Amino acid sequence: MINLKNVTFKWHKSDSSPTLNIKELVIEKGERIFLYGPSGSGKSTLLAILAGINTVTSGEVLILNKNLSTLSNTTRDAFRADHIGYIFQNFNLLPYLSPIENVTLGCEFSKIRKQKILKQSSNKSAALQNEAIRLLNALGLTAQYHNKNVAELSIGQQQRVAAARAFIGSPELIIADEPTSALDTNNRESFIKLLFEQAKLSNSTLVFVSHDETLKPLFNRSIDLINLQEQV
Amino acid sequence: MIIAKLAYKSLLNRRASVLLTLFTIAISVMLLLSIERVRIDAKSSFSNTISGTDLIVGARTGDIQLLLSSVFRIGHTNNGVSWKSYEYITSQRGVKWSIPISLGDSHKGQAVLGTTLDYFSHYRFAKKQNLTFNKGRPFAAINEVVLGSEVANKLGYKLNASIVISHGMGNTSFHHHDDNPFKVVGVLNPTGTPVDKTLHIPLAAIDLIHGGKASLVHEHEHEHEHEHEHEHEHEHEHDEHNNLVGHPKQITAFLMGFNSPLYTLQIRRNINQYKPEALLGIMPTVTLKELWEMLAIVEKILLLFSAVVVLISLLGMLTTLLANLSQRRRELAILRSVGARPWHLFTLISIESLLTTLLGCLVGSALYYLAIFSAGGYLQSHAGISVNITMLSYYELGLIGVIMAAGFIIGLIPATRAYFYSLSDGMSIKA
Repeated sequence: MINLKNVTFKWHKSDSSPTLNIKELVIEKGERIFLYGPSGSGKSTLLAILAGINTVTSGEVLILNKNLSTLSNTTRDAFRADHIGYIFQNFNLLPYLSPIENVTLGCEFSKIRKQKILKQSSNKSAALQNEAIRLLNALGLTAQYHNKNVAELSIGQQQRVAAARAFIGSPELIIADEPTSALDTNNRESFIKLLFEQAKLSNSTLVFVSHDETLKPLFNRSIDLINLQEQV
Repeated sequence: MIIAKLAYKSLLNRRASVLLTLFTIAISVMLLLSIERVRIDAKSSFSNTISGTDLIVGARTGDIQLLLSSVFRIGHTNNGVSWKSYEYITSQRGVKWSIPISLGDSHKGQAVLGTTLDYFSHYRFAKKQNLTFNKGRPFAAINEVVLGSEVANKLGYKLNASIVISHGMGNTSFHHHDDNPFKVVGVLNPTGTPVDKTLHIPLAAIDLIHGGKASLVHEHEHEHEHEHEHEHEHEHEHDEHNNLVGHPKQITAFLMGFNSPLYTLQIRRNINQYKPEALLGIMPTVTLKELWEMLAIVEKILLLFSAVVVLISLLGMLTTLLANLSQRRRELAILRSVGARPWHLFTLISIESLLTTLLGCLVGSALYYLAIFSAGGYLQSHAGISVNITMLSYYELGLIGVIMAAGFIIGLIPATRAYFYSLSDGMSIKA
């Protein structure tokens, strides 16, 4: 699923030591990975590399057996849209779209993800809409909020919308960047469990990043970024 | 599809600033169209003032001066043409018709024109249109007057009203002739030319105004004598005609039409070399053109103004778009993160500016119609420009097209910037 080899990453070519230096990282399909480390340990950088937002300075990044560093910008954009769902730290919803529209937006730019939904649905015209409603319900946002103004939703609710957007069209890889940092402990656990359920349903691999080590027991594998990084 | 929807929703979300931009564009479109319409209609109103007249003859001055005084009633000519010369010239071969005109008097600020019945049958304006009567008939007696449409409207004169005509121009003439009232016997249809602002009286009446009561009595006596002497019907008619013309010493100018345009140049040359008197013959179409060319600078300045207004509104749109763009970096980054490619963002921003310009043009056109609809009457009555309410002409559609194209091109600037926003730029912006 994910295969990193001898990866280094520098923000600028002139930087003396790389921000990231990973000898090897392998994540299998269907795994639920907890990636942790203190602030500044390079978590976000690693996620940006996994999502193909940034390209590595040296080394090999294989996602779904595709070497991201060899792809052109456009192909990388398309690859990301088709295969990766990303949940941001600050949820990043469009304020002028309803929660449902925000969710369907996740597959509007990917034919593959759209097709996946249409294949399963008998009602083609409302397929995306229905799938968005299903995901929102499954992630704990009740129907009364589905058409509300995004700005009126609480942080927890916004985060469920963001998660549903990442899951729509069942991408192979879900990357969640500290999505629970704004939640209290109880809500965190229940939210993570809902993520697991969806990941299982949609057959997605989940990479979950946090600096909060108390969440560690919930995952089937955890990776300490400090240990992962090769000390130079 | 999704891009159009996003553009629409995004515009709706920023409706305050979008509406302002839209309104600026709308106003500039309205201004451009209005200025252009007035400019074009002014030009055509101007060249429509007189038509079908081959030659205007007056005392020797400048070409334009003669045209202004004889057709537009602007300025004075101190000298006139002697009646003898008039009779001599109009008796030349090839002269189809002639209209003597005598100006210089006024009624409540409106020009008074002394002429013959030929005026009503031969004077042409616009596309060789005749003067037509809205009410009544041409004058048949010396104390009858035919009003231009605007005179009748403005001063509220009805048929059979009795009015007094004073000597000299201007509203407050010292020398009022209260003893010579005229009876309104006809009102002309509107022409959009100075004819509308003119009172037409028989040529003989001009003498009457200047000569006082005595001449009227004299004329009447004269008439009676004739009636006694000649019982013949035809003679009587001839008499009446003479009576309307009177025995003027001189007239201000006269208009001529010829049997063939070939005569025009020849007779004009003869007139300009006419020995007994210093005369000038002008071809109104040529002189109108010369006059308009003199005014062309005004025309160009008007056009320049409207172009600048459009430019400013488009620059305003560019400013708003660019300012919005930095506020919308996060929005664009979100779109990139859910899979939108750079060209999606490019299209999004372009569509938005195109939509704003399009709506601006539509609203502007509506405002423009509102403007000419409400100001048309004012322009007609105060500037003599007849503004026609018609469908947008190809020229106007072309102007709108140019504005749309300019708006689109200007929209490409922020669109290109959006295109080069990298995903990592957007990601690093925190909420």
